[in-house]
Amino acid sequence: MSGTMNITLKVWRQSGPSAPGAFETYKAPGISPDMSFLEMLDIVNERLIEGGKDPIAFDHDCREGICGMCGLVINGAAHGPSKLTTTCQLHMRSFKDGDSITIEPWRAKAFPVIKDLVVDRAPLDRIIQAGGFISVATGGPQDANALPVGKPEAEQSMDAAACIGCGACVAACPNASVSLFTAAKISHLGLLPQGQPERYRRALKMVAQMDLEGFGGCTLFGECMAACPKGISIDFIKRMNGDYIWGSVTEAPVKVTLGGG
Amino acid sequence: MKLDSKIPSGPLKDKWDKHRFDMKLVNPANKRKYHVIVVGSGLAGASAAASMSELGYNVSCFAYQDSPRRAHSIAAQGGINAAKNYRNDGDSIHRLFYDTVKGGDFRAREANVYRLAQVSNNIIDQCVGQGVPFGREYGGLLANRSFGGAQVSRTFYARGQTGQQLLLGAYQALEKEIAKGGVKMYNRHEMLELVVVNGVARGIITRDMVTGAVEAHVADAVVLGTGGYGNVFYLSTNAKGCNVTATYRAYKKGAAFANPCYTQIHPTCIPVAGEHQSKLTLMSESLRNDGRVWVPKRKEDCGKKPSEIAEADRDYYLERKYPSYGNLSPRDISSRAAKEACDDGRGVGPGGRGVYLDFADAISRLGAPEISDRYGNLFDMYQRITDENPYEVPMRIYPAVHYTMGGLWVDYNLETTIPGLHCIGEANFSDHGANRLGASALMQGLADGYFVLPYTIGHYLASNKFEKVTTDHPEFQAALASVQTRTTRLLGIKGKRTVDSFHRELGKILWEKCGMARNATGLKQALQEIPSLREEFWKDVTVPGSGDSFNQSLEKAGRVADFMEFAELMVTDALHREESCGGHFREEYQEAGEAKRNDEQYAYVAAWEYAGDGQAPVLNKEPLEFESVHLATRSYK
Repeated sequence: MSGTMNITLKVWRQSGPSAPGAFETYKAPGISPDMSFLEMLDIVNERLIEGGKDPIAFDHDCREGICGMCGLVINGAAHGPSKLTTTCQLHMRSFKDGDSITIEPWRAKAFPVIKDLVVDRAPLDRIIQAGGFISVATGGPQDANALPVGKPEAEQSMDAAACIGCGACVAACPNASVSLFTAAKISHLGLLPQGQPERYRRALKMVAQMDLEGFGGCTLFGECMAACPKGISIDFIKRMNGDYIWGSVTEAPVKVTLGGG
Repeated sequence: MKLDSKIPSGPLKDKWDKHRFDMKLVNPANKRKYHVIVVGSGLAGASAAASMSELGYNVSCFAYQDSPRRAHSIAAQGGINAAKNYRNDGDSIHRLFYDTVKGGDFRAREANVYRLAQVSNNIIDQCVGQGVPFGREYGGLLANRSFGGAQVSRTFYARGQTGQQLLLGAYQALEKEIAKGGVKMYNRHEMLELVVVNGVARGIITRDMVTGAVEAHVADAVVLGTGGYGNVFYLSTNAKGCNVTATYRAYKKGAAFANPCYTQIHPTCIPVAGEHQSKLTLMSESLRNDGRVWVPKRKEDCGKKPSEIAEADRDYYLERKYPSYGNLSPRDISSRAAKEACDDGRGVGPGGRGVYLDFADAISRLGAPEISDRYGNLFDMYQRITDENPYEVPMRIYPAVHYTMGGLWVDYNLETTIPGLHCIGEANFSDHGANRLGASALMQGLADGYFVLPYTIGHYLASNKFEKVTTDHPEFQAALASVQTRTTRLLGIKGKRTVDSFHRELGKILWEKCGMARNATGLKQALQEIPSLREEFWKDVTVPGSGDSFNQSLEKAGRVADFMEFAELMVTDALHREESCGGHFREEYQEAGEAKRNDEQYAYVAAWEYAGDGQAPVLNKEPLEFESVHLATRSYK
């Protein structure tokens, strides 16, 4: 690979949820284009620690684009400039020597900052708790091949199930709507025969929960789909809306609460 | 220490049925009075917590990530085995059992493995019921693929994201139970100590990673599903947060640690790119179904582009050495063969530590669209990381630390040597012996969590009386104090070196001396180097920040401190086992380049018992008896 790069970072620093935050500037010389974005941050942090300073807090875990733990707004884009790529899979070869890079946390009322670039995404779990499952207990199901599922339906369900729950859709949305995340789960389960008995009630409850959590409304801008590292289609939101409307007609009203978990 | 495996009597195929009948039951109305702690929310932890809550137990579940859905099980790509025999190709429970015992190089317990094969079929049923979108045929029935080390197609998969989909199934079941109130979930909590009262596990001490609060939790039983210790090598395919702390703390409280030297080096990972490398990325073994592994025959060709090396000048070494399994040879064998080729100076790519995995033949036979359909997401991931297009140039791969077969010793009930402390999934020494076959980690994690522990925990709870214990008990207070002391000590060193720099150095020692090939000289050197590195760590590490706030450096420091001690146990085990078996290859013990087992002296589980700091651990042996499988030299030729 070609030589190393010198990068300037503008990073959002915030010591806690109620503390005021601000951008700080850091020089990052000697960065290899083969490094991942988080490896670049590792190096910046190593230097900060050696200099007796507080390192930049950011969430990450698997570093292979599947756990959904990482997520930074890089130069204004959730997960940065590369399509279909999580922050951990973004590599420094996407940037040029001398670039200045702005790094911010997910910004949404429903995702308060814990520290620096780390946010609290507990509402996503609560949306699943509201109905993002099929109510089968361990040991109950019949033989797996007793229930054929057409390949196209299985594939479409898998397209929706590929969501990693990172929250980039919320960060990218001008309204901070969580519709793509919610719709992906409603569609994953609703496209399968196993998911039919609870299909409409599931949609009602999950939608009610996302509204309660303080996420914004969806106006089908499509920013979420553009930012989604797994390419989840906005068509699933239309499907969710259809299930919701049908559920509002056919199902008894639902009640959801904040908290739990 | 007395190791009682509690294997039920009777014929192998009837043991689990008999045991399920013999075990005591807890009255449904009494179940909610029992509190069970589950540490970890991966396949094993989430499935266990959800299933126990469904039964009516009062469960608390702890995870270090911000959501249970992020546990590292999510990264498993290839698939999950089951003995369904949907392909009519000769599979059966007995064959899955046999393949697993043989694949583990005859170092696993027969009865456990047989049970695993039996419940494998229930797992697939369960997952389909939950809505796991497995790959399907056009007729609507489930699809299968073959996987390394097996000659039947018994692997179920969801594209290259099987672990993700299985974990989401378990996660959704867990969230369902959280909503119902049966499970209380503690995210961003890390277990830092086990509490043992009168010889019985009665709780844990955790740190709230957001507020820094150190808290005590009392329970009637504790279950650890905290994964493997591969990150002791620093570079591995594990997630960055994976650690040995929970199981190692349990070891120091009296749980025997079994076979820590059995580590799995996965043959198909993306090679190291440079010093900055923070982790290694696996390329699913399923790629070996269609990819052919080769290196140049001549060293002089290594610098050439692969397209410039004629077919006759390529060494398809797996096909050459193991004609009947070829590119699908088991992981330990394939990894060592890659190392040999590179040691021979015939490795490719930067630093010469890589071999080709070539899809040219498969693309010309099946067409690029079919290959994209099978492996598209893996090819994309490879290109993202390496900036090379695997449809056009062969992938470069090299072995990397992936899975650990060793773990806490457990009996047939998955109970450790501390009564009340159970251990499931990768965290126990498990059913994989000295080597794990592909697509069997997911199977074991879910078998333990869905279908074994929910039965055996009831037997434990129904068989014992529990004295009333609160967090005021002296053992809880002592454990709380020891966690606080340790935190204060780590923060107070204020040395010059970062935690990561120590971790990297430890990893290098282990990779070089206790990695793919080991010998007595290197292991003895490691036993000198590790304690001195540890001493330096406690003198010169710097951990910024405070204990009472969000502090990722402090989290890492605690984990690395435990790795520093655990590494010594691992090397001690590797040195004591004077044979080669599965992932443990001792250079002194080989025959014509193949691993040479010593069944007369080493057909046992090595269960190490903590004897105090600075004291040599005590070796306890559980002899392995093979009644159904004939001990044979493993051959894949």
